[in-house]
Amino acid sequence: MSTVSYVRTELLPEKAPPASTVGAIGWAREKLFSSYLNSAITVVFLIAIFYLLKGLIPWFFSPTWDAGSIKECQAITAGGHGACWGVIHDRWVQLLFGFYPAEHYWRPILAFVLLFVALAPILFSEYVPRKLIWFSAFYVLLMPWLLWGGAFWSPLLIVLGFALTYYGGKFISQKFGAPAGMIAAVVIFAAWFLYGLGATNYGINRAVGQMRLDSKIQELTQQIDSLKAQRVDIREQIADILARTRDTEAKVDEILSKDVITDEDSKTLHDLLDELAPARIEVARLRTRLNNINQALADDETLIRQSKQMPALIAALPAKKAKAKELRAALPDTVSTILTENGLKSLITRIRDDNLEIPRADVAAITAAIDAEKDLRNSLAKIQQVYADVARIGLKPVVSRDFGGLLLSLTIGVVAIAVSLPLGIVLALGRQSNLPIIRAICVGFIEFIRGVPLITLLFVASTLLNIFLPPGTNFDIILRVIIMATLFSAAYMAEVIRGGLAAIPKGQYEGAASLGLNYWQSQRLIIMPQALKISIPGIVGSFIGLFKDTTLVSIIGLLDPIGLSNAIRADTDWTGIVWELYGFIAFLFFIFCFSMSRYSMYLENKLKTSH
Amino acid sequence: MTTLTDPPKAAFKLSMLIYDTRYRSITFQVIAMIGFLTLIGWLFNNTAQNLADLGKQPSFGFLFQPSGYDINQRLIEYNSQSPHLRAAFVGLLNTLLVAVMGCATATIIGVIIGVLRLSKNWLVAKVMTLYVEIIRNVPVLLWIVLTMAVLIETMPSPREFRGENPAASMYLFDSVAVTNRGVYIPEPLFSRSLGDLHLFGDSALNFNISLDLWLIIAVLIGGFFASSLIRKRADRIQEATGERPVTWYLRLGVIVVPLLITLAALGFHLGYPELKGFNFQGGTHMRNSLIALWLALSLYTAAFISEIVRAGILAIDKGQTEAAAALGMRPTMIMRLVVLPQALRVIIPPLISQYLNLTKNSSLAIAVGYMDITGTLMGITLNQTGRELETVLLGMLIYLTISLLISLVMNWYNERVKLVER
Repeated sequence: MSTVSYVRTELLPEKAPPASTVGAIGWAREKLFSSYLNSAITVVFLIAIFYLLKGLIPWFFSPTWDAGSIKECQAITAGGHGACWGVIHDRWVQLLFGFYPAEHYWRPILAFVLLFVALAPILFSEYVPRKLIWFSAFYVLLMPWLLWGGAFWSPLLIVLGFALTYYGGKFISQKFGAPAGMIAAVVIFAAWFLYGLGATNYGINRAVGQMRLDSKIQELTQQIDSLKAQRVDIREQIADILARTRDTEAKVDEILSKDVITDEDSKTLHDLLDELAPARIEVARLRTRLNNINQALADDETLIRQSKQMPALIAALPAKKAKAKELRAALPDTVSTILTENGLKSLITRIRDDNLEIPRADVAAITAAIDAEKDLRNSLAKIQQVYADVARIGLKPVVSRDFGGLLLSLTIGVVAIAVSLPLGIVLALGRQSNLPIIRAICVGFIEFIRGVPLITLLFVASTLLNIFLPPGTNFDIILRVIIMATLFSAAYMAEVIRGGLAAIPKGQYEGAASLGLNYWQSQRLIIMPQALKISIPGIVGSFIGLFKDTTLVSIIGLLDPIGLSNAIRADTDWTGIVWELYGFIAFLFFIFCFSMSRYSMYLENKLKTSH
Repeated sequence: MTTLTDPPKAAFKLSMLIYDTRYRSITFQVIAMIGFLTLIGWLFNNTAQNLADLGKQPSFGFLFQPSGYDINQRLIEYNSQSPHLRAAFVGLLNTLLVAVMGCATATIIGVIIGVLRLSKNWLVAKVMTLYVEIIRNVPVLLWIVLTMAVLIETMPSPREFRGENPAASMYLFDSVAVTNRGVYIPEPLFSRSLGDLHLFGDSALNFNISLDLWLIIAVLIGGFFASSLIRKRADRIQEATGERPVTWYLRLGVIVVPLLITLAALGFHLGYPELKGFNFQGGTHMRNSLIALWLALSLYTAAFISEIVRAGILAIDKGQTEAAAALGMRPTMIMRLVVLPQALRVIIPPLISQYLNLTKNSSLAIAVGYMDITGTLMGITLNQTGRELETVLLGMLIYLTISLLISLVMNWYNERVKLVER
């Protein structure tokens, strides 16, 4: 008989954990009050947060959305301890678009929306069809066309250039072998983008322009009439609104001019401004519209005048050509090498300073020759310009100096980001390469760019780039800035990707080689996918850095949000504004940078294949 | 019996330059070299042509002409008659000043925040995360101009310190005045000063260094050296007997006592700022531009440094701490002897690259009118002499030199602390 009287055959049911270790209380005990010191710190932080919010919340929710100047804000909040949101109400459109013409806002907005469509195959590859990648490639050309405008065939001509290069190269390589094909492709590419593109574009412009010249003049005349009618109409509308709001404005002024503003006054003022704000905004909108109409009228009239001069201009061309040629041929040898006005100027200085022995008659001859050449050049440029203006079927051009605000930051940022990634990959491969000369060039470039601040590169863009390029080159400041920002970002990108490459074990290279893959195949199929995956955080980090660095363009005088903020703070209506304005700009940047960093985390998780 | 024979030597054919891997690399390099040289030559040619057209000959002679402008924040003697070279030197010293100050404060704030982000206290960790995310997702230029605007618009003017019942008052026992014209802090003065050491004679780069400062630094170094001797002796005794003598008061004493004696001998006292007329007089005046730049750069870089510190500490395996605890070490010893030496190896390289970034970001001084090397050489000197090429290239060269020097130090340190693998 067993001595054991009782043996439990099943486990006891689990007891609930003590109430103090679960739920909200347990969480607070563990995370906030785990020791005396921790409890003290928690309390101190809670008090600090409480006081911060106590000050911040009433400041934030201040009823100043309709105020038209900082004075009105102060009157509404009676003492000025509240945010002045009027400045944002007044200027948010400007902070987003700069001076981009209001009737064309749909273009940057469309470009921005399409950007996400174009990015979808890259960002969310598993949810969208693969074919969409072709749209991404086309978007690269579509975006500048939407933003800067121009004839619809200009992006197509660039596509044509790539197609010619590809098919031409393929054809030649089938006929004469791969090296010949490669050389042919390079030659076709260079020839098209250096000469063919411009010539074809001019050819189309001339053909279409000649066809449309007369009808365009008629069209413009009609347009001028309708614009003039609109102008009268808008002026009437403005006068109408101003008359309607005159009494209210007077009441506002009366309150503002009081020495002591009571709570009652503040309330009245708020109601008055509430009523007034839509009218004020409408007037501002109409005034901008009026400016644009005046501008359009001036443009149209100039174009009509120039179009009417065209036959005479074209008829005079041969004579001008002959004259320029004749004068140039008649020049004595001593001065015949001088081609430009600047050259002439420097010759005159040298005659004065170094006592060069050049007869006065020669100087007069070269002046005449240069003037004749200049005249010819101007006529040709004018003809080209008029043809382009008349022939343009597409979007109205917008000049770069009208770009501003977030639009400018995004334009520079997106283009520089898109170009710097491939450039960075190439530089990183060059730096890792075992060809000493190529490595030396890449290392020198990367270390130089990383050693200097971006602002000095922007100074190069604004003052020096034109000196480095052939005489007479003068291209757009935004393009120059984009070039410099791209080079800057590419150097940092190269270092990030080099880090990724360095982390790939040697066995991967050897494995690829043992499969018989050549250098580019092994890079494309084996090495790069792994290296890029490791470097995602770094790559996105340098994207964010680049986007933030676009604000530096305000220092060389472009009107990005920070450049605009300086202008707004200099405006007498808004002097003394600090937190609201910078807070808004900071918020704009925060949204973009923060979402980029979150996306990089998502991507890292998605691509994670280890356990 | 078989023997290995060399493969038949193929005659060299032109096509081997492309198809044979032995020659292909040479072909590519030659092409790259030619392309590169052509590019450089093209740029040089264009530059020469453009400069000739503009009637400018590249020359650095302008550096020795009188600058004709004033610099209000400066570390050395300078007036508008001084040459441009000296203006650039003043700018360089200002760059270094804000860089050194910024690196020091950014490190302190960054380390504190990085450690607090790892705190077990949920609230503290979240608040610090919020700080880091807000600061680093907004451009540093915005922080700089914002700080400047806040200083100018919201700080009291000197006038408000006046009267029986002033609207504003000074801080720290009436020694620090924060005004909208800058911050006034007490300055160190020596009534029995040793005078100055004049360096570089009459050249444009001459400057004075206070001998008092040298003496104090020498005494401090001596003190630290003596203190380390005492520590080593304590180590020896501990190794021999197992007992560690208590030495902290000795070690503190050999640093502090000689320092105090030196200060007393030099007649050290503080010169306090005082309100005289419309402005404060006396003390050291730190202009708003310096304060704004310094604060903004420190707070911004601190956010990045805190991430580096956090990553460095997290990179140390938990097993290390546990093993050290199993050996009977106390938490402070574990931190000092086990975790920190390993964490520093991870932390230092990116930390120095942050210092580099801070130095380069200090060029944004131009946005708030602080006269650093960008503001003097590449700002006013450029505008006054119209020598874009020379000034910008010289400025880039100076930044490049600073960067390369810092990189050299970094590489040297990396070599020193690298894990030696067997």
